[in-house]
Amino acid sequence: MGRYLLRRLLQLVPVFIGTTFLIYWLVWAVPGDPFAGKCGERRCPDQYIAFMTEKYHLDQNVFVQYGNYMKNLLQGDFGQTFQQREISDIILTSYPNTLKLALVALAIEAIIGLSAGVLSGLRRNGFLDNLVLVSTLFLIALPVFVVGFVLQWLLGVQWGIIKPTVSSEMRWSELIVPGFVLGSASVAYIARVARTSIAENRRADYVRTAIAKGLPMRRVVGVHLLRNSLIPVVTLLGTDLGALMGGAIVTEGIFGINGIGRQVFRAIITKESATVVGIVVVLVLVYLVMNLLVDLLYAALDPRIRYE
Amino acid sequence: MRVSKRATSAIALSAAAALVASGCSSGGDGETAASADGSIVVHGVQPENPLVPSNTTETGGGKIVDWLWTGLVEYPNDGGAPRNALAESINTTDSKVFTIKIKAGTKFHDGTEVKAKNFVDAWNWAAYSPNGAQNGTFFADIAGFDQTYTSDPDGADGPKKAPTPTAEKMSGLKVIDDQTFEVTLAAPTAVFPTKLGYSAFMPLPDVFFTKKAEEFGRNPIGNGPVKFVSWDDNALIKLTRFDDYNLRDKMKVKDVDVKLYQDDNAAYADLLANNLDFMEVVPTSALAGDKWKTDLGDRGRSTVTPSTAFIAFPIYDKRFQNPKLRRAVSLSINRQEISDKIFFGTRKPADSWANPLTPGAKPGNCTACKFDPATAKTLLAEAGGFSGEMVFYYNADSAHKDWMDAVAQQVKTNLNINARAEGVPTFAVFRQNVNAYKMTGPYRAAWQQDYPDVENWVNPLFVTNGSSNDGLYSNPEVDTLAKQASAAPSLEASHEAFAKAVEKVDQDVPSIPVYFYGQQSGHSEKIKKLELNNVGEIDITSVEL
Repeated sequence: MGRYLLRRLLQLVPVFIGTTFLIYWLVWAVPGDPFAGKCGERRCPDQYIAFMTEKYHLDQNVFVQYGNYMKNLLQGDFGQTFQQREISDIILTSYPNTLKLALVALAIEAIIGLSAGVLSGLRRNGFLDNLVLVSTLFLIALPVFVVGFVLQWLLGVQWGIIKPTVSSEMRWSELIVPGFVLGSASVAYIARVARTSIAENRRADYVRTAIAKGLPMRRVVGVHLLRNSLIPVVTLLGTDLGALMGGAIVTEGIFGINGIGRQVFRAIITKESATVVGIVVVLVLVYLVMNLLVDLLYAALDPRIRYE
Repeated sequence: MRVSKRATSAIALSAAAALVASGCSSGGDGETAASADGSIVVHGVQPENPLVPSNTTETGGGKIVDWLWTGLVEYPNDGGAPRNALAESINTTDSKVFTIKIKAGTKFHDGTEVKAKNFVDAWNWAAYSPNGAQNGTFFADIAGFDQTYTSDPDGADGPKKAPTPTAEKMSGLKVIDDQTFEVTLAAPTAVFPTKLGYSAFMPLPDVFFTKKAEEFGRNPIGNGPVKFVSWDDNALIKLTRFDDYNLRDKMKVKDVDVKLYQDDNAAYADLLANNLDFMEVVPTSALAGDKWKTDLGDRGRSTVTPSTAFIAFPIYDKRFQNPKLRRAVSLSINRQEISDKIFFGTRKPADSWANPLTPGAKPGNCTACKFDPATAKTLLAEAGGFSGEMVFYYNADSAHKDWMDAVAQQVKTNLNINARAEGVPTFAVFRQNVNAYKMTGPYRAAWQQDYPDVENWVNPLFVTNGSSNDGLYSNPEVDTLAKQASAAPSLEASHEAFAKAVEKVDQDVPSIPVYFYGQQSGHSEKIKKLELNNVGEIDITSVEL
């Protein structure tokens, strides 16, 4: 187990360097001079451009720029935006918001998706099963921004049940609707995967044995069936956290949430490699760690799985 | 000039008519009480830079800078001539040496008094080029500027660096006593006092010079009707009434929260739900089919703003050097149709060179702005026709496709030129090509004035080497007339002389005015009264609940 963990952690290093360099290079390759459009229909003063170019080493080639950036990063310095703000501040203010939103979405996914999946898996081809099938199909077919705008307009503007946007305090209760919007497509996938898995294991030998032993149905489903059927669902949920955080940009926009999505978008437009990489570095870490956690969870769920 | 970062690029700008809110006059007495400790939430966008007036060139930060500071002069809400604000008097006999006396006993938000040296020091800081202030060139009129502000000899991209300036202070600025200072200009400039209301000319407190500009800008200290409380990046800027303010009206409400949105539609939803008290410009999506009128009813309002959309010619390209061709293109555009069909009447067809809301501008003086396809065809024939493709360029990251397509289509239909419109992905790439003089066809441009005077519509745009004369238009006659106009002893004489310069411009058609911007804003039910200032922003001192 320890060696396995170490190996997995060591694997993070090349992945980390590879992704950060690729992203740095891609943003650098976006056409357009970062200061060409900054002063509107008038060119920026040469002095201003020279000042900024020197400050951010923009006259160096991309390898030197990346090298400088990594050197500072390893010393814990994320650098500054072109607006002369500390990127670490941006990460510290925007990450918790996106994480909060993603966690709410994940919780909604797990609760709704899993219960719908279990119920429909146990009563295959029944009314409930068909209802879940149709409604998940509907959710998958709708793009996130449609769900978002419709719910915002209906609940926020027409009925006045919620405020149309989330306040800067980011209360949990305000995040329920945005969280549902963000997680809506995943709810459908979770429900379907859970349903298939439950339906399959329902016919497994150990379930038949458990029923034959006379165990109460709640124990059969709750302990034996559910635990073994959860593996694919956990995989989906675990990797989804990263996807939710990275994909929150649309939801964040609709509900005015100050998360990483808008920061990344703004930074790409203004060609701020340092900001994009800074935010994505953390996102890459989230992905890698979640993947590792999922793998470790397998062992906890299925005693047959061991890591050497 | 400030750039709007809004997706619509509906630039919300200068010198406009003030309107008293029509809606919601249900309240009777209790109103002043509601206002006294009330608070409002207004729409904003994250400022690009720390809030230092001479380094703020976009509307997100500019709006807040305008509220936090009061300058020597201010521009009345109705767009009229500027009047003294912090200045007691601005005297000159020759438009070259100005003696500026400021009112005694006004304070910065940190309690220190506003003195003459706060102006002189602030201006010197901005004009010293190593400080890299974006508005540095605004001080170019002042004697000694050429010693404090050096340019890069081979442009910013070249290998050479700008030499360090030989002086740290402009020789034309002299503090006389605590309330008086003298400004000597390099050459007579009648419009100089008008410029003093622009944010580049704001005073800075002593504490500014003891720390880094960025640090100050994260916690700015001004002298305006509101003071800064806190700035939660991308979320909220909190401002509160400055109780020691003694210039003009105090604020009637207490707190102003500027909610920073990234998406106009989110803000609009908040506005509809009365969760946001004022939104300057409703999103373009709400303009289609006059949806905003249905949504907002008497909470919506439409105003005109003195900014103009142009199509500029790259005159450095040989194919566009014949004035007859340029006039032909201009005459073949049906501006009324574009205004009606594409903008639903929210933007008016342009018929003058300077925006008519600007003091000194002459309405209707653009003879090339008529729709006259017959004359256009004759002129095109006289110019020898146009061979090849005429591509109209615009930046595709804002809502310009529709009207640029319409322009190209009209040119194609009315002149039989093979014309089409093409989007350049981002404003940055677009401006990069414009700045490098690499445009190969007419392109979209917009102009919003920095200060309300016709001078600002001529010198930067049509004079040789003007700061925004990107098409490299040059006519010695215009240059001479504009120079005389700038140096005129009085504003009236200056305006008369500029009118003559504009007549010459009108003959050359270096660019095509297409439409005048309008602004559609909305407010919540709780606001009983509000005015918009000369740039179409909310005048926060006017708000009553």
